[in-house]
Amino acid sequence: MISKKDVEHIALLSRLSLTEEEKERYQKELSSILDYVNKLKEINTDDIIPTAHVIDLKNVFREDEVIPSMDRDKVLANAKEKQNGCFKVPRIIE
Amino acid sequence: MLYELTAKEIKALIEKKEVSAKEVVESYFQRIEEVENKVEAYLTLCREEAFKKAEEIDEKVKRGENLGELAGVPVAIKDNMCTEGIRTTCASRILEDFIPPYDATVVERLKRADAIIIGKTNMDEFAMGSSTENSAFKKTRNPWDLETVPGGSSGGSAASVSAGEACMALGSDTGGSIRQPASLCGIVGLKPTYGLVSRYGLVAFASSLDQIGPMTKDVSDCALMLNVIAGKDERDMTSVLFDKPDYTSFLGMSIKGVRIGIPKEFYKEGIEEGVKQRIMEALKTLEDLGAKIEEISLSYADYALATYYIIAPAEASSNLARYDGIRYGYLTENYTDLRELYMKTRSEGFGREVKRRIMLGTYVLSSGYYDAYYKKALKVRTLIKKDFDKAFGKVDLIVTPTSPTVAFKIGEKAEDPLKMYLADIFTVPVNIAGVPAISIPCGFSDGLPVGLQIIGKPLDEPNILKVSYAYEQASGYYRLKPNI
Amino acid sequence: MEYEVVIGLEVHAELLTKSKIFCGCTTEFGGEPNTHCCPVCLGLPGTLPVLNKKAVEYAIKAGLALNCEISQFSKMDRKNYFYPDLPKAYQISQYDLPLCKNGYLEIETKEGRKKIGIIRVHLEEDAGKLIHMEGEDGSLVDYNRAGVPLIEIVSAPDINSPEEARLYLTTLKSILEYTEVSDCKMQEGSLRCDANISVREKGSDKFGTKVEIKNMNSFKAVQRALEYEAKRQIKILMEGGKIEQETRRWDESKGITVSMRSKEEAHDYRYFPEPDVVPIVVNDEWLHDIKLGLPEMPDQKKRRFIEQYDLPEYDAGVLTSSKALANFFEECVRQYNNPKTVSNWVMGEVLRILKEKDMEVEEIPFTPSHLAELLTLIDNGTISITMGKQVFSEMFESGDNPKKIVEEKGLAQISDQSELEKIINKVLEENQQSVIDYKNGKDRAFGFLVGQTMKATKGKANPQMVNRILKEKLSK
Repeated sequence: MISKKDVEHIALLSRLSLTEEEKERYQKELSSILDYVNKLKEINTDDIIPTAHVIDLKNVFREDEVIPSMDRDKVLANAKEKQNGCFKVPRIIE
Repeated sequence: MLYELTAKEIKALIEKKEVSAKEVVESYFQRIEEVENKVEAYLTLCREEAFKKAEEIDEKVKRGENLGELAGVPVAIKDNMCTEGIRTTCASRILEDFIPPYDATVVERLKRADAIIIGKTNMDEFAMGSSTENSAFKKTRNPWDLETVPGGSSGGSAASVSAGEACMALGSDTGGSIRQPASLCGIVGLKPTYGLVSRYGLVAFASSLDQIGPMTKDVSDCALMLNVIAGKDERDMTSVLFDKPDYTSFLGMSIKGVRIGIPKEFYKEGIEEGVKQRIMEALKTLEDLGAKIEEISLSYADYALATYYIIAPAEASSNLARYDGIRYGYLTENYTDLRELYMKTRSEGFGREVKRRIMLGTYVLSSGYYDAYYKKALKVRTLIKKDFDKAFGKVDLIVTPTSPTVAFKIGEKAEDPLKMYLADIFTVPVNIAGVPAISIPCGFSDGLPVGLQIIGKPLDEPNILKVSYAYEQASGYYRLKPNI
Repeated sequence: MEYEVVIGLEVHAELLTKSKIFCGCTTEFGGEPNTHCCPVCLGLPGTLPVLNKKAVEYAIKAGLALNCEISQFSKMDRKNYFYPDLPKAYQISQYDLPLCKNGYLEIETKEGRKKIGIIRVHLEEDAGKLIHMEGEDGSLVDYNRAGVPLIEIVSAPDINSPEEARLYLTTLKSILEYTEVSDCKMQEGSLRCDANISVREKGSDKFGTKVEIKNMNSFKAVQRALEYEAKRQIKILMEGGKIEQETRRWDESKGITVSMRSKEEAHDYRYFPEPDVVPIVVNDEWLHDIKLGLPEMPDQKKRRFIEQYDLPEYDAGVLTSSKALANFFEECVRQYNNPKTVSNWVMGEVLRILKEKDMEVEEIPFTPSHLAELLTLIDNGTISITMGKQVFSEMFESGDNPKKIVEEKGLAQISDQSELEKIINKVLEENQQSVIDYKNGKDRAFGFLVGQTMKATKGKANPQMVNRILKEKLSK
């Protein structure tokens, strides 16, 4: 069972803002899903190595060659906020 | 009617100059006009581009030039694969006006094979779902019964092929998203071995599980399309280098002596009676064709769904973090600072299921929970993969139902996420292990299609296609079309 | 109560590959914003990374040069966080299986050589750049730098003073320059440093609360920032307070560190293995090839200089402290075969002027041949040593070759016997008193007369000849 606080924390980590109603709903839904996936606790996996890649590939590389970059117009084509050839965001105070 | 033909047939007619590419495209667009308002399979139609390509092909034919393997064949592309200059939305508000500046590798290969791209199909938002009801734009309907779902997440692609609105389609499969809709819509859908088909240009959902595959009218067309899209791609580190065969060469071979395993864990409760019957009948047909059926055990099968619902959301939460409106896509209108920009854009741009999975994924990766959830799931994955390895030591192929049910009513499972997730119970283990699997039509129950799933060992698409073809030709179900 | 300082440094160095770590875009510095980008480094939907082999090799080279163990099996991981300069909202880095680990480097302190442990060296991608505009309502993002390969070098907390921290950095820079994997220019951002500093009672083996310091843009700044921060922490402890674990910014103009405390909690990076990048296996054969490709390291070169050029250890050490300086020295010796003289000039005049003008060796406006030429001119008596130093200064100003400078400015030594005699005769006439003084035993008067001769000739008189002629005339 996860708490409302947990939901708020996860939402912040994921950059999602939720209404009170949503928080309640997601709390219920996430709790029920987590209950289900907790099933994995039944298995003893002490000596098992995790599988991050299902294929047995290693050392796949590319050579250090320069390929022409994309036209700046194309780079910026899908952006809504741009200025001076850059993407624009709200002022960031460091 | 031209729109009823298979790709193999269309290609033959074009090569023999009995029909022009233009006529083929006209036929399909005519069909789309007839039924699309009922089926709603498409998000974007590419009329202009399709006719232009048709013209180019007809020119090639006139000049006697060599034609690509899919010359003149109209193909629909699931809207999570990038098509240069053509809107690619993943059925999400957050990408509703995104126009990719590049083609996915599979799209490039299709174009090079002279296929004609006619449109982008509807799907569950970001491929998260089993009914295509999670699309932000429209709900696609199952051509066999418009009150039911076409399955998901490649519901639009499945419906378009089933309804004759496309000759072939590309779908993507992370937990069953090609096979389950193929099953529910009565068509053929193949999820290749992980790494066989390049993921470059496929908008990522769960990187270690996603694969692109063909959705076609019959097994022949499936092999044809696989020939074009499979093969190593320099732009995808996870794509495998191997000796690519001509997949069509295995069609028509005898299946005598092929050993087929039935995992006992997959035939417990939860399967609709009608579905069970059709599967049993199909197994009998396979036996009659010379296959040897035996019971096997995939002991960790029961845990596959739980494993999937940790790994997939975890990777998705990371893959979807880039959507913030800064470089592309939806941007919220009012924001005063960066934090607001992120929160509002993402909250307004993503749908419910997507948000649910992002949060679930964030949770299982977060500090304090990583070991108990994500790492644990990766370990169980090792066990599931071992299960399959062991099974393939005894048998050549594994057969199961694709879906425990036939197409369900629109809205029936929408309110209970976990209920919806259980639709994937037979398909998910395949993605976890990275092995290939196909769904082929094997009959009807309550008037709705039932799908048979055939699973093979890594890179053993040849055997899968061989057996599928034999079954399909013997049973003839693939010839039946919905009445719309 | 005596306190000691414990410092650990995290250095990021940009690798000198031609293309980025996961795509073919150029890594060239500068360029109009967003002109070195492609779908991959922009993180457009559907794109995938492909690892640059050279980046891996350079990282291994750096690890070898830092005496690290090279991991046989290594992988990449995702570090997830939201920031506009990070296009995918995750950085592909290395978490639990870095390429290199358990190394060290040695610094030369006043007390002798000291080993500073290096916990790890790993490979990762750089983020883009944020441009903050004065008085404007937003910030701009340029992704040219996004995807440039970086190595992150994490030192053990073995550094015990701000001075040692600076020495660590200069030594690290020298080693990395030698391997040619990075040009380590802090001003250009190809070398960045963050520090972790804590204080504790002298003799204690418990670590104090550590504070992270960021925004130090030069080696000097690192030293100053750490000096300030150490003082700040000690003051707090002496007053009975507690150190807060936080990140602080070094403010160069005010000379203080300022808390960067933001409203939210610490980052939870949610590291997990990168599914799009397959693991890296470094077998013995590959490692052997990379070792062969390693250029001569500072220590090796130093030993060779001692042997080959018969130089004292100290000289060899200074000359090999930077690869560029060592190359300059060797090239000069190739053309003027007196290593000791060249060494004196390089350690003396060259380094002095570089320090004065705050320049790097690469920025010396003349070539080693020019220096060789200068030394030859002094050798063959065309100019005196003193004049030589003047010409040298001029070479630094104008970049002209010495012959040209001597000609144009008419600085050639006056070595003509009769001309000198004429001048000296005049000097002796005008300074009768000094002549008498000298003859009465006042040796200093001799020096005065030499000085006057030099003055009269504007320093161009050949000093040895002046000495000889004066002595002759005065002994009469």
